[in-house]
Amino acid sequence: MIIDDIAGHPGEWLRGNGPLCDIVISSRIRLARNVLGFPFLTRASDAQKAELAATIRRHIDAEATAGDWAYLEMARVEEIDQQVLVERHLISRQHADARGSRGVSISRDESVSIMVNEEDHLRIQVLRSGLQLDEIWDDINRIDDRLEERLDYAFHPRYGYLTACPTNVGTGIRVSVMLHLPALKLTGEIEKVFRAAKDMRLAVRGLFGEGTEATGDFFQISNQVTLGRTEAEIINDFKHQVIPRIIDFENRARKALVQERANALDDRIWRSYGALRHARTISSEETMLHLSHLRMGIHLGRIKLVDMKTVNDLFLLSQPGHLQRLYGAKLSGEQRSAARADLIRKHFEACSSSA
Amino acid sequence: MHMPCQSCKKQPATVHLTEISPDGEKSERHYCEKCAVDEGYATKAPSTMPVNEILSGLVIQKAAIQQLADLACPKCKLTFVEFRNAGLLGCPCDYDAFEKALLPLIERAHEGASHHMGKVPRRIATPRPVETDLVRLRTELNQAVTDEQYEKAARIRDQIRILEER
Repeated sequence: MIIDDIAGHPGEWLRGNGPLCDIVISSRIRLARNVLGFPFLTRASDAQKAELAATIRRHIDAEATAGDWAYLEMARVEEIDQQVLVERHLISRQHADARGSRGVSISRDESVSIMVNEEDHLRIQVLRSGLQLDEIWDDINRIDDRLEERLDYAFHPRYGYLTACPTNVGTGIRVSVMLHLPALKLTGEIEKVFRAAKDMRLAVRGLFGEGTEATGDFFQISNQVTLGRTEAEIINDFKHQVIPRIIDFENRARKALVQERANALDDRIWRSYGALRHARTISSEETMLHLSHLRMGIHLGRIKLVDMKTVNDLFLLSQPGHLQRLYGAKLSGEQRSAARADLIRKHFEACSSSA
Repeated sequence: MHMPCQSCKKQPATVHLTEISPDGEKSERHYCEKCAVDEGYATKAPSTMPVNEILSGLVIQKAAIQQLADLACPKCKLTFVEFRNAGLLGCPCDYDAFEKALLPLIERAHEGASHHMGKVPRRIATPRPVETDLVRLRTELNQAVTDEQYEKAARIRDQIRILEER
């Protein structure tokens, strides 16, 4: 099964090799689409949901190259594996928790996922490492065109693509960019980013998307306005305005830290290294905080004992779903914290012995 | 303390105009009442506003809200109240069935926009007639200016420009 395939290595978005990857973790675009002739999901009967899922799956399968795509029926995916999919950003938490006929189609490289019967009949997503919005748009637009040749989408001459929630109507597009902003967090200037984002009608969320708080050093910025602007305008805003400004802001904060508070900065980085290298029990939250400091330290050349791949791998492998899959059993919170500390130590040891 | 009228420079300015140029630049003008009328920016207001007219207007609005709450989609049977509680619509037809009630919500969620500007499915038989959109948008632009909603007006103007450039 595909989950065996993917659970052992980091997802596409954490590969850490895309453009501007020192600050931009990943970029993602999703399109919301609904099929004409069916009610939205809140009003769909079980039979209609099943028919929708079967129809959409048939058309996705017909378009997909055999072997490169896998369709998962959510009802048949075990709880831990569902969590693995959520942690890899291939499905939403809501999709994992929902009832009724629903599924997800995933490309082998995990860059494309199509959720079937989430809030809308189709949620097409393309995800890439670093800042690659144009490439993503080319991909997702092509996939959307091909599905549209087979499926009649609900489209309104005035409102555009119709969605279950009117906040997505029009283009149905959500552009999200995941940013690593440890220096702005340390200097307290992150509040300014929040305020600027709010003024520009952008949403700021945490690492795992909708419903997660923007805690830690990772922030996902996405558009909220989907109507009255073209897809290109929305994307170009991110590419030319929003993201370059935040990157510049973070770089300046990093530079200031190195120049003015080098000792305090190194102290943070090395304490984080120490904690991860030696802890015997550690929470997911603390792990993320320390990995974040190390990620910044590596990019700034302040620490060479660990490499970026180890840090990127651990971001994902230390998450509860991945951890439990690795151990092949359901673990309690306490067991997870011990297992996580073990896993991190092993990765660090492997790292320092090869260095 | 009062800003003087920029035309007669004597009377305090009581009429304040904000103009937004096509480049989005804001410029302000300040006139006293008399000069504003002379410059053609204002008409003389009627001296009294009948109170009963205002009140009946309010009553009518309340009745209209009640009517909206009772709206139901003929196809999926969802009522507008159910939508307001859950935040999700029941079927594509709701956009037309609830249009009156939904449009203000859509505009609020999308910075005043009410027309799709993006991609259109290739298989849509008849392309969207740009002319009807333009007529509607220009009417909305006039209304926004009348209502002194200048930011909204600027957004509508941008939408018109996009359509005209097609």
